[in-house]
Amino acid sequence: MRSAFFRALTALAERDERIHLIVGDLGFGVVETFAQRFPKRFVNAGVAEQNMTGIAAGMALSGKIVFTYSIANFPILRCLEQVRNDVCYHDANVKIVAVGGGLAYGSLGSTHHATEDLAIMRSLPRMVVVAPGDPAEAEAATRAVVAHSGPCYLRLGRAGESRVHVGHLEFHLGKAIQLSDGKDLTVISTGGLLETAIRAAELLLHSGLQARVLSMHTVKPLDVDAVLSAARETSAIFTLEEHSVIGGLGSAVAEVLAEAWEGLVTFKRFGLPPVFSAVVGTQEYLRAHHGLSAESLATAIRSTLERGGTRNLTAAAEG
Amino acid sequence: MTKLRAESRDASSLARQIRVQAAQMIHRAKSSHLGSAFSMAELLAVLYAEILRIDPECPNWKERDRFILSKGHACAALYAVLAARGFFPKEWLDDFYQDGARLAGHATHVGIPGVEVSTGSLGHGLPIACGMALAAKRDGSPYRVFALLSDGECDEGSTWEAALFAGHHRLDNLIAIIDYNKIQSLGAVAEVLELEPFTAKWQAFRWAVREIDGHDVKQIEGVLAKVPTEPGKPTCVVAHTIKGKGVSFMENKLLWHYRSPDHDEMAKALAELEHGE
Repeated sequence: MRSAFFRALTALAERDERIHLIVGDLGFGVVETFAQRFPKRFVNAGVAEQNMTGIAAGMALSGKIVFTYSIANFPILRCLEQVRNDVCYHDANVKIVAVGGGLAYGSLGSTHHATEDLAIMRSLPRMVVVAPGDPAEAEAATRAVVAHSGPCYLRLGRAGESRVHVGHLEFHLGKAIQLSDGKDLTVISTGGLLETAIRAAELLLHSGLQARVLSMHTVKPLDVDAVLSAARETSAIFTLEEHSVIGGLGSAVAEVLAEAWEGLVTFKRFGLPPVFSAVVGTQEYLRAHHGLSAESLATAIRSTLERGGTRNLTAAAEG
Repeated sequence: MTKLRAESRDASSLARQIRVQAAQMIHRAKSSHLGSAFSMAELLAVLYAEILRIDPECPNWKERDRFILSKGHACAALYAVLAARGFFPKEWLDDFYQDGARLAGHATHVGIPGVEVSTGSLGHGLPIACGMALAAKRDGSPYRVFALLSDGECDEGSTWEAALFAGHHRLDNLIAIIDYNKIQSLGAVAEVLELEPFTAKWQAFRWAVREIDGHDVKQIEGVLAKVPTEPGKPTCVVAHTIKGKGVSFMENKLLWHYRSPDHDEMAKALAELEHGE
């Protein structure tokens, strides 16, 4: 996704000289092309994310489209107040890019696990929150956030993810992409677990369960219509995210369902427990550890459906 | 600018006008930070009467000088000077800080012509100013960016991140003015978190530093009329000021960071301000 982002950004910058890139002294081996091609539109702010974000706001208020770039939590949490006040409050045209969303830097330990970012960014007024599901979505999302005037948060994976989408990709901010259809359940995925969602759906098909799979690349604004359609047209909804189960995609979908008549659809969130991981390991290792492999998900979905999910609250309370 | 000069030729008189307006606003609103507004009255007066290239008729003029009040809590004085310069009607000052008012208790840009950015949380002004100054450099635009900081917000790491950046990038179109009144929220700067040697710190960050008496309009004009002070360096004006300056019983008193003058205090304050220098 990182390469796809830079490819798209460089192409966009060729055509739009308002585009600037500010990095927080990170991006070795990937920022050089942009920096050499557009030296007057590149800044390394050093290891100083508060200033990086304030500068981005100042430049944006001077007519630029400014991308800030760092890894994991660095471009949003150290400088959260700058993101809120300087960027969002001023409706500054700043696009915050975090590489390594979720557990991409799993082996580096909890400081590098970006597992609450969607929740925090989602709560900020004006902030558009995008977590592409594959390199094709990352490329399209980069174009889309440039076309959108105002603050955006773009949560990318790291590198080497497979392309999930085949052929032409129709991508619009705030509009989920349906990858497969089925009546028995819907899996709504955001971010880099999209491929896992597809594989889980394939495993479920072996058990005779047909799953609709949605890529909810834009967590905010959420595609409410897609959620409600899933609630009406399929028997259960499962959300999938490499993020704490508190506040991210699962919470966003739950909010919609709880306030709609469809609120009694079987529903379950798959994500990370809201704790600091007790173990370190690669992204694959940690995903499996937290039950986010295709196999674990398929099993958990089957067992939820067999139990009738949360549909029968009385039975659940008695049980 | 011509219109303003006819109206308030004398920066000292504009400073007095700022103090009177700010005191009345804060008295009516029963709000705070009068001492912080008074300590920067001359700095604002000189900037808005003599220095800033701005046009109240066209507040978003692309090549205007940018002014950022980073110490947003002292905004009563900013609103007063903006109204004096005709950015918005003076009547807007009347319900400052009150229910449903346009003017909030910290500098707010929304719907207020002349306020570049909203501040109030300290340490935000200088980074944004750096971004604007860098944009001007890269665009080859002639505007300058002035940021007025409190001494207290020089405790903030973000202020020093920006100081490091501006020095490194040789942003000589950036001017930081420190309202060095030496009293911060809970006590004397020297006791809370000493900033000295203060000018040496800014020099070490590659800024051209000038120390002045922040209530002497001639000194303020002298230094601000000559920016960039040194080509290739941002300018830091360390303005030695007195918190609560202009009203004897408010001067150098921490209390007036918070207290709103009551009826009697207002009468005394106005009498002193009317007969001041």
